[in-house]
Amino acid sequence: MEFFQHVLNALQFGSFYALIALGYTLVYGVLRLINFAHGDIFMVGAYIAYFVAIMLLGADGVAAGAGLSPGLTLAITVPVTMILTSLVGVTLERTMYRPLRRKGADRLYVVITALMAGLILENGNLALLGASRKSFPELLQKVVWTFGGVSVTNLKVIVIVAAVVVFGLLQFIVTRTKIGMAMRGISYDKFAIPLMGIPLDTIIVFTFILGSSMAGLAGILFAMSYPILEPYMGALIGWKAFIAAVVGGIGDIRGAIVGGFLLGFIEIGVVAVFPSTLRDLFAFSVLLGILWLKPTGLFGVAKTTKI
Amino acid sequence: MKNMTVKVLLAVLALALGAFALTGCGKDGDVIKIGFNLELTGDIPKVGEASKFAAEMLKEDINAKGGLEVGGKKYKLEFVYQDNEAKAESAVNAALKLITQDNVVAIIGPNSSKQAIPAGGACNDNQTPMVSPWSTNPDTTKDRPWVFRAAFLDPFQGPVAANFAAKQFGAKTSAVLFDIANDYSKGLAEIFKTEWEKKSGAGTVVAFESHGTKDQDFSAQLTKIVAAKPDFIFVPDNYNQVALIIKQARDLGYKGPFMGSDAWGSAELMTLCGKECIGQFFSTHYAAAGAQGATKEFIDRYNEKYKYVPDDVAALTWDATRLVLQAIQEAGKVEKDIKTERKIVRDALANIKEFAGITGTMKFHGTGDPDKCAVVVQISPEGKFEFKESVCP
Repeated sequence: MEFFQHVLNALQFGSFYALIALGYTLVYGVLRLINFAHGDIFMVGAYIAYFVAIMLLGADGVAAGAGLSPGLTLAITVPVTMILTSLVGVTLERTMYRPLRRKGADRLYVVITALMAGLILENGNLALLGASRKSFPELLQKVVWTFGGVSVTNLKVIVIVAAVVVFGLLQFIVTRTKIGMAMRGISYDKFAIPLMGIPLDTIIVFTFILGSSMAGLAGILFAMSYPILEPYMGALIGWKAFIAAVVGGIGDIRGAIVGGFLLGFIEIGVVAVFPSTLRDLFAFSVLLGILWLKPTGLFGVAKTTKI
Repeated sequence: MKNMTVKVLLAVLALALGAFALTGCGKDGDVIKIGFNLELTGDIPKVGEASKFAAEMLKEDINAKGGLEVGGKKYKLEFVYQDNEAKAESAVNAALKLITQDNVVAIIGPNSSKQAIPAGGACNDNQTPMVSPWSTNPDTTKDRPWVFRAAFLDPFQGPVAANFAAKQFGAKTSAVLFDIANDYSKGLAEIFKTEWEKKSGAGTVVAFESHGTKDQDFSAQLTKIVAAKPDFIFVPDNYNQVALIIKQARDLGYKGPFMGSDAWGSAELMTLCGKECIGQFFSTHYAAAGAQGATKEFIDRYNEKYKYVPDDVAALTWDATRLVLQAIQEAGKVEKDIKTERKIVRDALANIKEFAGITGTMKFHGTGDPDKCAVVVQISPEGKFEFKESVCP
């Protein structure tokens, strides 16, 4: 029974890695840019969800609160957070990445800019809101189901389902729609695509909207599962999700989801079998082994179109 | 274009130099400077904040009376606060900055052992007295004549927690979940394990699991712990992690009690943890609910000034700072040379045998570690830490 419990735990944590890894992979697939600020966009998403929820609930001494019920609050918080978080992503693109792209800067400079953008988000948050943590309000009446020693909460189920649905949706957009075709086109040849009359900037903005809104969704679900928010919460999970995306084959949506779940399973699996002290050592040795055998990642193909 | 770049570079350089020059100013003969090496940001910001608030209150008290009287002359106090971001390496930097740039007489803090152990090394090497208010790990002061503390030690706290839990829960078996990257948590977990197995026999700590400082998911460790069916779980962790651990354990179907340690006792524990923490027990330095005398006076004044009940770290900072001030007074004079001044303050600190603090009476035996009582508190339904039991060495 302990085994199934570990599987469920791994599915839940893997879902967070997968949702964040999707954002890395989308942007990389289109722009060949590793958006290192993505983990911090996830953090901003969690904070946005917090403020939206608090405003709607009217809890924590916010006078202007609308006093809605938790269920309704959740229903409004999810779309609003996704929209606002994608605005943050687009703002980063407009103010930091696009000017560099216009000047024809090398990709390396854009990646460094992304790292800096992440640090600015973290420390800006620290300066703005202070170091003390925020406690996310409970929006969902927690239900614990127990089947013969295996406990699962309704939230856990929602998280796992959300990751799978998001994967299906993104896979559909990229492979079956016109805009998806344009994204794949840019990935193939950034210079020829505008000649075909495809608006390059619009497609890039759309990519950032997709990636950031998924980070926003992950932010809400994460804040509901682990209801303590702090400015640095996105850094570590962001790196790990990035590694998951690389192991899966960065630029491939299937790779992100498989890499995310794989990392979740390895991490939980190591703790389940070995002393928990060895978790990161073992987890990343395994991932290193995978990259050693297949340097382009599980789904990655060397130097062809990605996404 | 090139000219422009050079100009910008020069301007930045000039600004940076200006900033350095500014830090050198402000020397005053009639001022005593004390440094504070605190966790103002990072994992446990409430701890640093409480320390700073308590220190400010003490400083205002003394400066309002014209300053600290040493050898018939009054000196104004100046407190310099440095943020160590709750990181070991930043704590060393903060200590060195206080010693070499700010020229402080003595340093209060860091609070957490994770920071206090390395910072203690830096202070000892640079011959500057340091008093940690909250650090309970033995290594902080071990073989360091310049380092002192105001808290009891983990070899004392571990048995207190073990004995109380055995009695209160009627427990035969226990499980431990601790932070492997935190000296305090790891040290206390090991002491607890040894103590428990000495009491209840080998193998009665049925699960001994660790996690990292930045971890938010403990489900794998807790699944193992829950499957081992302990009578209670001992969690010597910082308050921010406690909140997550208890919630996740409940999600995994654990219904038993938890026992905590003094790192739980922050004013922020209840805002983060909420109703899940109610009814749990932890060992700590003092119980705010039901305090009397000078302790009550401190609590009331703090509560009035900062609008919340001070946690143990605030009270311990108050004691630690007063300890240093008493040593400065007992040294009898203030030396012009900062190195000599530090030396006489250290000697005076080492000479203090007994000190009546608001967290209880401390007896020193020349090691820098006090003997003092520990209390066990229970979290009441109103979120107050209520006194259950006092254990003295």
